[in-house]
Amino acid sequence: MADITIEELEHVAQLARLSFSKDELANFTGQLNDILGYIAKLEEIDTADVPPTTHALQVTNVFREDRVEPSLPVEESVANAPQEENGAFVVPRII
Amino acid sequence: MNYEAVIGLEVHVQLKTSSKIFCSCVNKFGSSPNTQTCPVCLGMPGVLPVLNRRVVEYALRMGMATNCKIPKYSQLARKHYFYPDLPKGYQISQYELPLVEHGWVDIDVEGKTRRIGITRIHIEDDAGKLVHDESRPVSYVDLNRTGTPLIEIVSEPDIRSPEEAAAYVRKIRQLVRYLGISDGNMEEGSLRCDANISLRPEGQKEFGTKSELKNMNSFRNVQKALEYEIRRQTALLLDGQEIVQETRLWDAGKGVTHSMRGKEEAHDYRYFPDPDLVPIEISDQWMEEIRADLPELPDEKRRRFMEQYGLPEYDASVLTVSRETGDYFEEAVRLFDNPKSVSNWIMVELMKLLKQTDVSIEQCNVTPAYLAEILALVDKGTISAQMGKEVLQDCFGTGKSPASIVEEKGLSQVSDESELEAVVAKVMEANPKEVELYRGGKKKVLSFLMGQVMRETRGKANPKKVNEIFRKMLEG
Repeated sequence: MADITIEELEHVAQLARLSFSKDELANFTGQLNDILGYIAKLEEIDTADVPPTTHALQVTNVFREDRVEPSLPVEESVANAPQEENGAFVVPRII
Repeated sequence: MNYEAVIGLEVHVQLKTSSKIFCSCVNKFGSSPNTQTCPVCLGMPGVLPVLNRRVVEYALRMGMATNCKIPKYSQLARKHYFYPDLPKGYQISQYELPLVEHGWVDIDVEGKTRRIGITRIHIEDDAGKLVHDESRPVSYVDLNRTGTPLIEIVSEPDIRSPEEAAAYVRKIRQLVRYLGISDGNMEEGSLRCDANISLRPEGQKEFGTKSELKNMNSFRNVQKALEYEIRRQTALLLDGQEIVQETRLWDAGKGVTHSMRGKEEAHDYRYFPDPDLVPIEISDQWMEEIRADLPELPDEKRRRFMEQYGLPEYDASVLTVSRETGDYFEEAVRLFDNPKSVSNWIMVELMKLLKQTDVSIEQCNVTPAYLAEILALVDKGTISAQMGKEVLQDCFGTGKSPASIVEEKGLSQVSDESELEAVVAKVMEANPKEVELYRGGKKKVLSFLMGQVMRETRGKANPKKVNEIFRKMLEG
C-alpha cells in the first residue's frame, strides 16, 4: 500500500471540515501511515477466493415490523439545540 | 449538425409505510416541526437503526414490477456529506449491493413503444426539510421527514427525448400507485426526479458531457427543463464551446436552468458498508410471498381489457391509468354488460367532471352502480342520451340516485324535440281532417291532436313541448 500524502490528508480533513496547522498535518500524516502500515499486514493473506465481508457476525435480516411508537416530545428533541424557534432548529442560512 | 439527446433519470419515491425506515416514528407529512423525531432520526450518537421490513418488501415489489433481477444479498452503505438537513452527517443508502438491479419498463410515446432499462433500485432514508427565513439570514431545520423511506430508481441512459422522459416518470408513478407503495405525488415531493442529459451528434456512439438537472417538480417541468437544456447545450455545441459537467437547477418561474454554484468540486461521498446494519438476504420463499401479493399491473390489465372486453387500445390505456379507474370500469360493466358503452361514458362524461372538480374516481358521487343505472335507463329509452348526461351531472353533484333524479325532474317524459316532431308528424298524417280544421281557424281541435300524441307516447310526451311543436308545424 502506497503511503498517503499530505495533500490526501488535507483533502480528507477538508471533507470532514477540519483545519490543521502545517505541523499537525505532517504529524497526522505520519501517524496515519503508521496505522495503515500495520493494517497492510492483512494484505499478506491470499483472499482471492474469499467473498468480501462487511460484518464479523454471520447475522442477516435484522428487521423491525412496520409499527409506530411515540416520538420524543418536541421540547426534548430540540433540547440540545444552541438556537431554537417554534420547535425548529435554527442554523445559519444555507442555500 | 443534428444532435441526439441522451437522458437518464433518477427518480426518488417516498414509500407510504406507517413508520420510518430505521425507527418507529410515524411516517406522515404535514405535522409541526420536529414532532415526529426520536434519537435515531435525530442522529444522536450511539443509537442503533433497525430496518423496517416493509421497506424491503415495497422495494422488492417495485423490482418485480420493473422486470428486475433481485440479488440474494444486499447491503446498506453510508454516503457522507454535510448539510443541515442531515443530522447524522451521512445518508444510509446502498452502494455496491442494491436490493434490485437490471430491469426495464415499456413506455408509449406517440403510438410507439420504447423499452427503457432500469439500472438499479435501492433503498435509503430521506433528509429533513429546511425552511429559509425571508428577512433574517437563518434557516429552520425540521427533521420530521428525516428517515422517511425512499426508493431511488435509476434508469439507463436510454431516454431520447423530453416526451419520453415525461412518459417514463408517468409510468414509474403509475407503477408505484398500482403497487400501493407510494402516493407518487410530484407536487408534494413524494415523487422527485433528477435528470442527466447530454447531447451527441446523430450517429455517434460515445456520450457527450452531461449536466445534471434538479428541482423539476411536475411532469410538465421535467419535459420543459429537458427541452430548455437541449436548446442550451445545442447552442453551445454549435458555437464550438464545450459543455461543463455540472449540476443545474430548473427555475420553473423563469423557464431556465442555472448552474448551482459551489458544487463544482467532484463529490466524494466516501461510501462504506454501514456497520450498524447487517446484510439483507432474500430467500426464495420471501420472494414468492411478495410475488403472490402483487396486483395486476397496468400493462397486463390493458391487454386483458382489450381481450376480455373487446376494447380499443386507446380505451384500454385510459381505463387502466390507475387501479381505481380499472376497478370502477369492471364493476360498472358487471352491472351493465356493454363494455364499449361504459368505456365511452367513463372516458368522456365522467372524466370531464372528475377533471373539472379534481375529485378522484373512487371518491366521486357517481358510483359504478349509479353509472350502470343511468346507462340502463338510456338503453331502455326511459331517458335520452342527452338526459343521461344531465342525470350523470346531477348525480355527480348531489349524490342522489339516478332513479330519484329522473323522478324529481320528470325527465322520464319525452322532451326530445326530434323524437316528438316525428310523433307529431305521424299524428298529423293520420288526421288530415283535423289538421285542415285547425288551419281553417278551429283552434280547439288542437286538444284532440294533443291527445293523439299522448296516446302514441303512452303519456310520456312533454305536453308543453308538444304544444309548441304543433303550433310550429301547423302554422309554420
